[in-house]
Amino acid sequence: MDFISTHLLTTILFFPVAAALVIWFLPADQPKAVRWTAFLASLVPFGLSVWLWTQFNASQAGFQFQEQYTWFEAINSTFHVGVDGLSLTMVLLTTLLTPLAILASFNITEKVKAYMMLFLFLETGMLGVFLALDLLIFFVFWEIGLVPMYFLINQWGSPKGERELWGGMKVSARNYASLKFMVYTMAGSLGLLLAIQMLGVLFQTYDLMTLTEKWSGFNEGTLLGMNVSTVKAISFWAFTIAFALKVPVWPFHTWLPDAHTEAPTAGSMILAGVLLKLGAYGFLRLVLPFYPVESQYYAGWLAFLATMAIVFGAFASFGQTDFKRLVAYSSVNHMGFVLLGIAAAAKAIGTQDATIALNGAVLQMFNHGLSAAGMFFLVGVIYERTHTRNLNEFGGLFPLVPVYGGILIFTSMASLGLPGLNGFVSEFLVVRGAFGVGYAGGEWNYMAVYTAIAMLGLLFTGAYILKGVRKVLHGPLNEHWAHGEHKLTEINTREILVMAPLMILILILGIWPMWMLDVINKAMLLLFS
Amino acid sequence: MQFPVLSIIVFAPFVAAVIMLLMKPEAKNEIRVTALSAAVFDLVLSGWVYYQVYMHPSLEYQFVEKYEWLPVLGISLNFGVDGMSAPLVLLTGIVMFTGVLISWGIDDRPREFFAFLFLLAGGVFGVFVSLDLFMLFFFYEIAVFPMYLLIAIWGWKVTREYAAMKLTLYLFLGSVFSLVGALAMVFVNYQNTGVITFDMLALEKAGFSQAFQYIWFLPTFMGFAILGGIFPFHNWSPDGHVAAPTAVSMFHAGVLMKLGAFAALRVGIMLLPEGAKQWAWLIFGLAMVNVVYGAFIAMIQQDMKYVIGFSSVSHMGLVALGFATLTREGILGAGLQMFSHGVMTALFFAAVGMVYDRAHTRQIPELGGMIKPLPWVGIGFIIGSLVSMGMPGFSGFVAEFPIFMGVWQVSGLAAILASLSIVITAAYVLLVVRRAFFGEMPKQFEHHITPITPLDKVAIVTLCACMVLLGLFPGLMAPMVSTGVENILRLLGGA
Repeated sequence: MDFISTHLLTTILFFPVAAALVIWFLPADQPKAVRWTAFLASLVPFGLSVWLWTQFNASQAGFQFQEQYTWFEAINSTFHVGVDGLSLTMVLLTTLLTPLAILASFNITEKVKAYMMLFLFLETGMLGVFLALDLLIFFVFWEIGLVPMYFLINQWGSPKGERELWGGMKVSARNYASLKFMVYTMAGSLGLLLAIQMLGVLFQTYDLMTLTEKWSGFNEGTLLGMNVSTVKAISFWAFTIAFALKVPVWPFHTWLPDAHTEAPTAGSMILAGVLLKLGAYGFLRLVLPFYPVESQYYAGWLAFLATMAIVFGAFASFGQTDFKRLVAYSSVNHMGFVLLGIAAAAKAIGTQDATIALNGAVLQMFNHGLSAAGMFFLVGVIYERTHTRNLNEFGGLFPLVPVYGGILIFTSMASLGLPGLNGFVSEFLVVRGAFGVGYAGGEWNYMAVYTAIAMLGLLFTGAYILKGVRKVLHGPLNEHWAHGEHKLTEINTREILVMAPLMILILILGIWPMWMLDVINKAMLLLFS
Repeated sequence: MQFPVLSIIVFAPFVAAVIMLLMKPEAKNEIRVTALSAAVFDLVLSGWVYYQVYMHPSLEYQFVEKYEWLPVLGISLNFGVDGMSAPLVLLTGIVMFTGVLISWGIDDRPREFFAFLFLLAGGVFGVFVSLDLFMLFFFYEIAVFPMYLLIAIWGWKVTREYAAMKLTLYLFLGSVFSLVGALAMVFVNYQNTGVITFDMLALEKAGFSQAFQYIWFLPTFMGFAILGGIFPFHNWSPDGHVAAPTAVSMFHAGVLMKLGAFAALRVGIMLLPEGAKQWAWLIFGLAMVNVVYGAFIAMIQQDMKYVIGFSSVSHMGLVALGFATLTREGILGAGLQMFSHGVMTALFFAAVGMVYDRAHTRQIPELGGMIKPLPWVGIGFIIGSLVSMGMPGFSGFVAEFPIFMGVWQVSGLAAILASLSIVITAAYVLLVVRRAFFGEMPKQFEHHITPITPLDKVAIVTLCACMVLLGLFPGLMAPMVSTGVENILRLLGGA
């Protein structure tokens, strides 16, 4: 026990890998044993991170539970991990969603062992990004997460569907989507890699805390033959684009609907629930602290991109006939609010409005993790039964599957931002903060305009979500699903068990968000004021 | 006197080769077992050397042995390892061991095959540990010569004669240039000091004039760098890889190309440091072409072996690029990259060889679904691909990252350009993985793809383990290479 409490973070981080190695030695013809091992193993990091949450002292500045080990001494990189309120929230989200996603994948029958192992590797990859306090380690985990995701989409993605490339070459849709996902993110992280290298060369260290100090005090003189401010602006955009691709922000979002649509259900859950947060986390952990000046200078652009994501995401979502694509575009829409909060905070860093916007952004990350994972899972549930995701082929299913219908409506409402559920709290905070920034010193500025447009976007959020719900549950019953072999079956216990924790949290956070906001708020105050 | 471990490592393959040649050609299994025992013996010894150098980091050469050979001409048998060469000795041991495992099935004159392979291995070991210029050349030529026979006799029927001839001519031509450069050094040193010596440690201190270094650096460096696959003299290498039998490709790309890079470093940069500074821009430019152009060419290849061949050109370009930065990080990365790339290509060629032996084609469009019948090969190839695209957590990243740090110190623009190769590499290796190993298996292969042998599995696991371990724990090798880099930087005047 002593070992665990002194090595809590590394235990949380590497337990999934250890479990994956155990699974490797299980017999391949016992899928049940493999599934349960994976599921139970993934509960351990969850339990530990709940314990971490209780042990965490929100009022204390700096990182807690730090651990540091030698890693790559020759270039002064150490294996350094630690948590603050921001990463703690994300760790909790990750460790919560992973067991649920694994439980959601109990219906996978093909290559179960490899699937579960990849999933656990994925968890370690994501957790590593949130825990890393060394830029190189951050990058290592950032990239490692790509590999399991690539194979999850590529191997267990929906088998149907083709995409035509230029020159009439046909490839299967999941190959197309997985390669696009990989190449987009790798291309994005290239800028990140280069910027990290440059920082390392300049300061001979990759330690986040040392770097932040040195880097922000570094304003004069020339660097690599260029003005420092130019170098800073370039590396600012290198970071920004890498993270924007991952969020994803319009216009870098096009990999997302493809990847989501083709990924297996649990893959989409994690993709939307956690992987998208990595980008937003990068903004908060690296871009704002490293480049306060540049962030402020370019805040208008960020806000513009965020507004575009909100508006176009909503419109695109409304235009879909594929249920999963609809939900996928809704992620673009929702993550737009996270970026809007960040942009507003960047403009007026340190003010109270900025803190409100940041609180909203971080809470929105958590909330979207819950509702998007839930929505993707519900799409998966109905797809598994009907083998179609075409909204026009559903209709009037409510009487056939009342429980499923109820859950779907509940989750949709959370996604829509109904007061009383979690989405409302965070979106309200973002909009409140952004408006406050937009009306600073008795004068209106562009932030107010963008916020107003974003509010209109929110209207369309309502429109597309209601469209989804109507097309599936209401309207004239499509008789095809009412009788015979196609008769739609109700959501089963396992599936309800996946949804239950999500729904409970959605409700709790909607009614009493303070327990989480308190941690987030203190973290934001300590980080940015 | 200490135990002469380096001489034993170098000469054991020669002894094994002679023993095998004395055995009856029909006794194929006995020959194989002999080969394997010799390979294991060398692997264990080189692992021990590595361990000792790792545990006792030092700027001095270790395990030094010196025997007079031709005192009149100042030639001696002078062996020693430092942080730069110890990983390469281990690499050779690993490739030799896995190469023997993978060539178990060779049925056409295995006696001669293994004997030549061991001559090659002995020569390679010799170059890595030589501290005497003459001995370095001696072993260098020994390593190149069996290559010709191995390719011409056991190679791919379509191009083997062409490729063997091309390879040999390129490499001999290169070594002639280097030899002239080396002789010039010895001669000038003789004029200056009145002592004739081929001892590289003495030549390091010779203090050649600026002008001399300026003139002689380029032929000396480039002559060796041809074997390292530097642009525009790289095109012997993909042809050679393709034509060679599997184990020879492994040796060729895995170790032989490092031989070129290593000798270019040892003789070119370390003996003529001022020349290196003068010409670094040129080497840097050529290496940049290697890195980016090699990746583009690899992308459009249809033959798996050509893909890997050109990717080697690209990756070896990174080694040269690291050298050319003349910075601590750059050379450190280059040293790690030599090891990482060696293990990676050995694995790649082993995997391709296993597929080819069963499917009888290497054309990517004709393959598909190979991971089902050959899961170990598929996973090995995927791990190799991840290393190749510089994925963090694998050795390729650990090696490429410092190289890029070095490049940044020379030119930010070059770093950005060179990083293009990472994306291109990711795209083409993933395409190969997907087309060859996933998807539908063509009908004609069904029931024809036999599983691989346990020996093949041992080889794959050994190679993969090296890449993953180094990727997760760079501390297993980086500190050692750093001490080697310190040596080089000392010669470069603390640059």
